[in-house]
Amino acid sequence: MTTTTEKTGRVPEPRAGDASGTPLLEVRDLHVEFHTRDGVAKAVNGVNYSVNAGETLAVLGESGSGKSVTAQAIMGILDMPPGKIPQGEILFKGQDMLKMSAEERRKIRGSKIAMIFQDALSSLNPVLSVGYQLGEMFRVHQGLSKKDAKAKAVELMDRVRIPAAKQRVGDYPHQFSGGMRQRIMIAMALALEPDLIIADEPTTALDVTVQAQVMDLLAELQREFNMGLILITHDLGVVADVADKIAVMYAGRIVETAPVKELYARPAHPYTRGLLDSIPRLDQKGQELYAIKGLPPNLLRIPAGCAFNPRCPRAEDLCRTESPALHAVTERDGTALPGRGSACHFWKETIHG
Amino acid sequence: MPEKTSPEASRSTVAVAAGGAAELTEATVKKADQNKPRSLGQDAWRELRRSPLFWISSVLLLLFIVMAIAPGVFTDADPRQADLRGHYLSPPNWSHLFQADWFGYNQQGQSVYARTVHGARASIIVGICVTVAVTVFGGLVGMLAGYFGGWLDTLLSRITDIFFGIPLLLGGLVTLQAFTHRTVWTVVLGLTLFGWMQIARVMRGAVITQKEADFVTAARALGAGTGRILFRHILPNALGPVIVVATIALGGYISTEATLSYLGIGLQDPVISWGVDISDAQKNLRDAPHTLLVPATFLSLTVLAFILLGDAVRDALDPKLR
Amino acid sequence: MGRFVARRLLQMIPVFIGTTLLIFLMVYSLPGDPIKALFGSKAADPATVERLRHEYGLDKPLLQQYWNYLTGLLQGDFGKSFTGRPVADLMKDAFPVTIRLALLAFGIEVVVGVALGLLTGLKRGKLIDQIVLILTLIVVSIPVFVIGFLTQFTLGMKWKMITPTVQDSMDIGQLAVPATVLAALSLAYVTRLTRTTIGENLRADYMRTAIAKGLPKRRVVGVHLLRNSLIPVVTFLGTDLGVLMGGAIVTEGIFNVQGVGNTLFRAIQTSEGPTVVGIVSVLVIVYLVSSLVVDLLYAVLDPRIRYA
Repeated sequence: MTTTTEKTGRVPEPRAGDASGTPLLEVRDLHVEFHTRDGVAKAVNGVNYSVNAGETLAVLGESGSGKSVTAQAIMGILDMPPGKIPQGEILFKGQDMLKMSAEERRKIRGSKIAMIFQDALSSLNPVLSVGYQLGEMFRVHQGLSKKDAKAKAVELMDRVRIPAAKQRVGDYPHQFSGGMRQRIMIAMALALEPDLIIADEPTTALDVTVQAQVMDLLAELQREFNMGLILITHDLGVVADVADKIAVMYAGRIVETAPVKELYARPAHPYTRGLLDSIPRLDQKGQELYAIKGLPPNLLRIPAGCAFNPRCPRAEDLCRTESPALHAVTERDGTALPGRGSACHFWKETIHG
Repeated sequence: MPEKTSPEASRSTVAVAAGGAAELTEATVKKADQNKPRSLGQDAWRELRRSPLFWISSVLLLLFIVMAIAPGVFTDADPRQADLRGHYLSPPNWSHLFQADWFGYNQQGQSVYARTVHGARASIIVGICVTVAVTVFGGLVGMLAGYFGGWLDTLLSRITDIFFGIPLLLGGLVTLQAFTHRTVWTVVLGLTLFGWMQIARVMRGAVITQKEADFVTAARALGAGTGRILFRHILPNALGPVIVVATIALGGYISTEATLSYLGIGLQDPVISWGVDISDAQKNLRDAPHTLLVPATFLSLTVLAFILLGDAVRDALDPKLR
Repeated sequence: MGRFVARRLLQMIPVFIGTTLLIFLMVYSLPGDPIKALFGSKAADPATVERLRHEYGLDKPLLQQYWNYLTGLLQGDFGKSFTGRPVADLMKDAFPVTIRLALLAFGIEVVVGVALGLLTGLKRGKLIDQIVLILTLIVVSIPVFVIGFLTQFTLGMKWKMITPTVQDSMDIGQLAVPATVLAALSLAYVTRLTRTTIGENLRADYMRTAIAKGLPKRRVVGVHLLRNSLIPVVTFLGTDLGVLMGGAIVTEGIFNVQGVGNTLFRAIQTSEGPTVVGIVSVLVIVYLVSSLVVDLLYAVLDPRIRYA
């Protein structure tokens, strides 16, 4: 792999977090690798992004793009070993969490930063009642009694609109429907009104009709508590309504960032363009659906140059030798486009061509 | 866990290479061949080859099996030749490798080394024969119960329960007590009679799981008959757990045979058995511990080798634990 | 729940009858004449033999003998041994000893086994894990009678820490070493089983959730991990109590503990049919009850299991 210096590392923020100007969460040049028997898998290779209070960042990518691993690194729930964070910073309210003690990090988990997982059935403990699992948050972080914690649990279940919460508080995860279970996961994440929620494909395992309900609930609660939200997904449809800005990941790097509307209107990276073109559209009925050719790279052997080059319709020799930095994207006349960046040598041609 | 280290990830890249194979030079095709998708069996073998336990147990087993088939390879001393006057409880001569007096002599003046080498045969025969018998019989019962279900399952499962109520050692004792003249085959019979139930249960469970698998439904939809479904589709897939259980149990049978012989209700003269030798040696434990420790070590190593092998095979077959 | 228990109890009846019938048939129909054996090497007087045969009902057809035995059993009558002593009496002496021994062994197995399993499961791949794993393999591989001898020899004869054989079979202190020997094999299994389930559950999604909730490690392991991992262990332990009681033949023999195992072994050696069948019947009941308890425990511990 060719080494590159990313001169334009971070992209200017569209709006400041609080008075001090520090974002709620800022990831700087994060690298994560997994040491496996077959070699070192480079899962995250220099990711930069930030989220402010009340803001929703959508992280988009195929499985294996490193979006979940980044989230796990932020939460501090990576399996280490085999995982390793050789370099990077994760600043929460300006403080690098990677330098904190294990105990300090534990106190942040759940109370300041919470996470919603994809598969609620396997993510909830099967042998403990949901009331117990919800109440545990209050008992551990706030020292509430068992009884008070249970009352709080009922309150939470009401809040995420689970019918007959009082009767169902003693039920076990397998006794709920998929949508209800995901609401319980959301309730658990919301329990201590954290500043930031990371939702890792929160609706992927659900029916389409339920997906919308759960997303709406999540968005509503986020507004209510003015939380930052990192929404990890591979589904472009989910993102459009909810997110403020998008970071597209490929092979452990961010290949494009943009405010959500602009990304849909004018993608500045061939990969993003490919993703958008592969969404089925009614007005193209009868035509062949576009698909990005090839498959995501093997992280043990990421291609030299731009990792996307073997699949890219625009790839040239330069792409096979030199890894592109995240360029600030501008209008044709050079007017800055705040919050936009593209890691493509030919971003100009892609967005304007 | 990271998504990217999954086998799918590495397989898919290879699939790309294979897809464009037409244009590839021969060299690259060869390279692609080296890491083409592996079948479960190949995967298990790859895993086995890496396991030091597998190699240790294989070498040990090979050693004991050769000992059982051709004890003459290891010693020309006669295990039955007794020289009370000259060798009564003589201590071992550790430097006399592979000689009759290597491990000293027992209370009858017989070479402990020769007896221990010749004792391997009975243990190995009992272990292997009981395992084969138990696997065939238990496997058949479990397969019938699991595949056909209904009243046959109820009946066979109850019979299994009934036999489960009597522990192997107890059942063996009661059966063998009835025979005044006992050979290796009597012991095999006694242990098989009370040893098949575990295999039957494992097989039944595995067959029920496989019966509901999609590929079986698919085979049925394609018009495959019962026999074909059972033997071509279900059996090969259900065999994994059975082999693992059987291999580990094999060590247990050898241990039980030795226990029976030690209790005086197992093998008898003229068969040379580690269990009997250990039992005879206990009286002299204080003066001549070697007479007990040598056959006990060989016995334990044999049992260990089979358990290790079973463990290694299970780990290789179970991708979950990797 | 009540219906489940009732159905299971009903299901136990044929199994109980089947097992006792099996042991009955084996004891009485296999070659060898117990009455003649009573006389040892002396030539028996045919008239006396006939009288004794009649007295013990051995002249009746086998199935009728079994029927008589079963009806007697239902009234609490275990019959009479060939020496003339009621079998119930023999068992009254032997069972309290073996129950103590088995409970002691069970306690050792649970405490040490689960603790070692937890330790190795959490430190998977580390040195301590490898050492314990090898130790369990060694214990599993060495037959109990060899372990028994070696313990007896080293502790009893060489270092004189214990009396080589048990003098008072009701003394817990003296039973401690035999109980450890008896527990050794199951202890190794419990360790390995706990290690495996801990290892499996460590990778479960809900463990990731528990950590993401910011729970302290103590709680993650003690509540979330252990609760799930112990379910299979408890089922193993449940049936093992019966196994320990029935499996004490060798251990009791070596350490001369006057319990069920010893009594049973002597009875088998002397073709003491009534005693063998009596003791085995009780052991079968213990086995059946413990497997019922395991099923119930399983459903209590794992809410996903419903009483069907």
